Amino acid sequence: MFFLSDKLKTKTLNTVTKEKFMSQKEWIEVGLIEDIPSLGARVVETSNGNVGVFRTAEDEVFALRDSCPHKGGPLSQGIVHGKRVTCPLHNWVLELDSGAVIAPDEGCVASYPVKIENGKVFLNLQAN
Amino acid sequence: MNETKEKLVLIGNGMAGVRALEELLKIEPNKYDITVFGAEPYGNYNRILLSPVLAGEKTVDDIMLNDEQWYVDNGITLHKGKEIVDIDRRGRTVFASDGTTAEYDRLLLATGSNPFIIPVPGNDLNSVISFRDIQDVDVMLAASKKYKNAVVIGGGLLGLEAANGLMLQGMHVTVVHLNDTLMERQLDSEAGGMLRLSLEERGLNFLMEASTVAILGDQHVTGVKFADGSEIAADLVVMAVGIKPNIALAQKVGIHCERGVVVNDTMQTYDPRVYAVGECVQHRGLAYGLVAPLFEQAKVCANHLAHMGYSRYEGSITSTKLKVTGIDLFSAGDFIGDESTENIIMKDVARGVYKKIVIKDNRIQGSVMYGDTVDGAWYFQLLRDNTDISDIRDHLMFGQSHLGDSGHGGQNAAAAMSDEMEVCGCNGVCKGDIITAITKKGLFTLDDVRAHTKASSSCGSCTGLVEQILASTLGGDYSAAPHSKPLCKCTDFSHDEVQAAIKENKLTSIRETMNYLKWKSPDGCAACRPALNYYVLAYHPGEAKDDPQSRYINERAHANIQKDGTYSVIPRMWGGVTNSAELRAIADVADKYNVPTVKVTGGQRIDLLGVKKEQLKPIWADLNNVGFVSGHGYGKALRTVKTCVGSEWCRFGTQDSTTLGVRLEEVTWGSWMPHKFKMAVSGCPRNCAEATIKDFGVVCVDSGYELHVGGNAGIKVRATDLLCKVETEEQVIEYSNAFVQLYREHAHYLERTAPWIERVGLSYVKEHVVDNAESRKLLSDRFLESQKYVQKDPWAERASEGVQQHEFVSLMRVS
Repeated sequence: MFFLSDKLKTKTLNTVTKEKFMSQKEWIEVGLIEDIPSLGARVVETSNGNVGVFRTAEDEVFALRDSCPHKGGPLSQGIVHGKRVTCPLHNWVLELDSGAVIAPDEGCVASYPVKIENGKVFLNLQAN
Repeated sequence: MNETKEKLVLIGNGMAGVRALEELLKIEPNKYDITVFGAEPYGNYNRILLSPVLAGEKTVDDIMLNDEQWYVDNGITLHKGKEIVDIDRRGRTVFASDGTTAEYDRLLLATGSNPFIIPVPGNDLNSVISFRDIQDVDVMLAASKKYKNAVVIGGGLLGLEAANGLMLQGMHVTVVHLNDTLMERQLDSEAGGMLRLSLEERGLNFLMEASTVAILGDQHVTGVKFADGSEIAADLVVMAVGIKPNIALAQKVGIHCERGVVVNDTMQTYDPRVYAVGECVQHRGLAYGLVAPLFEQAKVCANHLAHMGYSRYEGSITSTKLKVTGIDLFSAGDFIGDESTENIIMKDVARGVYKKIVIKDNRIQGSVMYGDTVDGAWYFQLLRDNTDISDIRDHLMFGQSHLGDSGHGGQNAAAAMSDEMEVCGCNGVCKGDIITAITKKGLFTLDDVRAHTKASSSCGSCTGLVEQILASTLGGDYSAAPHSKPLCKCTDFSHDEVQAAIKENKLTSIRETMNYLKWKSPDGCAACRPALNYYVLAYHPGEAKDDPQSRYINERAHANIQKDGTYSVIPRMWGGVTNSAELRAIADVADKYNVPTVKVTGGQRIDLLGVKKEQLKPIWADLNNVGFVSGHGYGKALRTVKTCVGSEWCRFGTQDSTTLGVRLEEVTWGSWMPHKFKMAVSGCPRNCAEATIKDFGVVCVDSGYELHVGGNAGIKVRATDLLCKVETEEQVIEYSNAFVQLYREHAHYLERTAPWIERVGLSYVKEHVVDNAESRKLLSDRFLESQKYVQKDPWAERASEGVQQHEFVSLMRVS
């Protein structure tokens, strides 16, 4: 039971933290959706390293830290399929929405909130 | 929600039935409310690993495939220890012995098989058992602690595994066999004899051609009596003389059975609501007792339970391995032969090696191997593919790995390796890691092992070893590659089928192909998209449009990605010839852009390494200025044409090899290929350009030019096959064009010329390129036509013509 309540506490904390960041409205306009090739990605360079901004066939846009948890491969250079990307170095596959690595490989990379307004892509550099 | 779901009931909580559920959950996780009845009081365990449990190498927990949590997690109701005794087919209800009932919309029978108990007096005495489930193993383990003498009736696969296990538990074991050869259904008399000798050395005793007439004893067994009147003492008798499909329930409720429950190619019984899989099934007259076919059945059955309805089971060819540590044997197909077959036999008693390949009309019918089974999987593949082996007949016996296999320390017998020895040199995977993954994670196929351990997933040179480990860990139930392998997980079609569809139906884009062939994923994956992109471009030059997003990054960026995310730049040096202006330009680029490493490549060119992506365009522009173009060192395309100086300088040179190399490169550059493609021209048979390990090699001789094809110096060294000899440079170029085009049109994507030629045979290549002048000309013409569209320097297009600009700049820089 202790374990459960502990888990709940963490969850509440996360929500608060996220809301706090949301309220800061740190949305950065990074470009137009057409600037990113369909089933492709572009890089946003930041002081903390690159972020890959991916566009799916359905025109959804996702952002992941541009470094595979395996050997640091640039995910933005991989092949995008469905809501996933395959790392160009050793073919690890990651979920674009969560940054989770597809089994049987294990790992996770930071994902960032993205929103699209009037064809413009906004990125929030506070990781999910 | 739940009211709308259909109800699926599975009778039989074993490997085949549960595998069908797993396959179903993969494709339709929410279609059914699933209920499972199992007579045994356990979850689903790996029955084929009972032998290691008996031998004390594993515990029951080690061999569980699906623990009870798995059923909970998947919302499946599990009734374990409850045997179904009746089915009301009209009322669609099953009844268990304890009164539990369950209704169904679809019913899956997977009742497995029962051990065959020979009908002799005394077969019901205490301590007379079979070797079928965990309970049998428990009885055997208990007996081994109390008693001394064990008799195993049956010298087949299962009997020998039981005998070996009991011996390791300290019992004195005698194997009684009716036939004069052990495992006669899997081995010929030679191999059976070698096996018997080796098992005798380990301490097993054998009574061959012995027919049991009675089991002796009052309540507890005391001995076994034979037809010739002799008797031997026994405290434990294990009957392992075979299995028979368990059809009692199906028969009782009137479902048509013969030897097993009769099913069609969709695994449906005569009652359309009732499906059956596994050892209880009879399909096209055959019942199977090995896991590989059962899993194939499970997959087909799941496809129909999910109402997808296109998959068919067409029977299986099986191969066998014995799970006795340290004994390597393999057999497949018809390994005895008859008067219409020819045998190739190799026997070396001192080394304990015996191999026999049975051939009919230049096709392998079967093979049996003892002691050295490294090539078993290869022979099995050739058997299943019905490959014409006439081109490789002279070295078939020596196996696929007879030449220069690298990457695993020269090992070719997994049985002789210790657990700490490295199997996969690319990914650093040891034998013990692989065995642990197979047993702990319940892996059954090479692809499973690749996914979980990474062994054999990079260069693939250790594939044979991994297959051996898989086979020896899983014994007879190892599942070899399926007959026709799907291109990737997004489709059930093979490369050949996809290629034919694209060619014949004029599919000119990836999207069209995916629609036409009903691709299972919305936009494919990193494996199929590059393949489809290649195929549409290769078959419809000028009409199909290239899709950069379906290309691997190297081909999209026209540079080779390195481990740190930087790129390498290799300009083309025609025939390996350069000059001071070019060298000066390279030196200037290296200085100007602070290129960290400049290296001479193996293909007579210069590689600039450590280039940042945003530097690519300006570097290309500078290189273009002195006339350099892309060397395609990053592509599935023509790489280099290596030459020697030939008759222009060399005192041994017979022809102008340098000029010929430059001409070949000028004709061939820019074309996309199934895989990378290397050429070379040597000026004399001293072969300084190493033409006989290239995809297409020319060796000049005084009277003309020898053309060699299908060489490879990579993972597996393969010397070329001699294609033919021609007299003029013009002929060299026409034959080269034709060969390249044949490869481009017929090889599978990512198949190099060496494995392609081994697959289709050199005769096939000769027929199209050498023997038939018209075919050669058509191939060459098609190649030249397709070259019109691709011989544009991709570097210039990007550096100065504005193509694909987004590839080379960041979207934004946030400081």
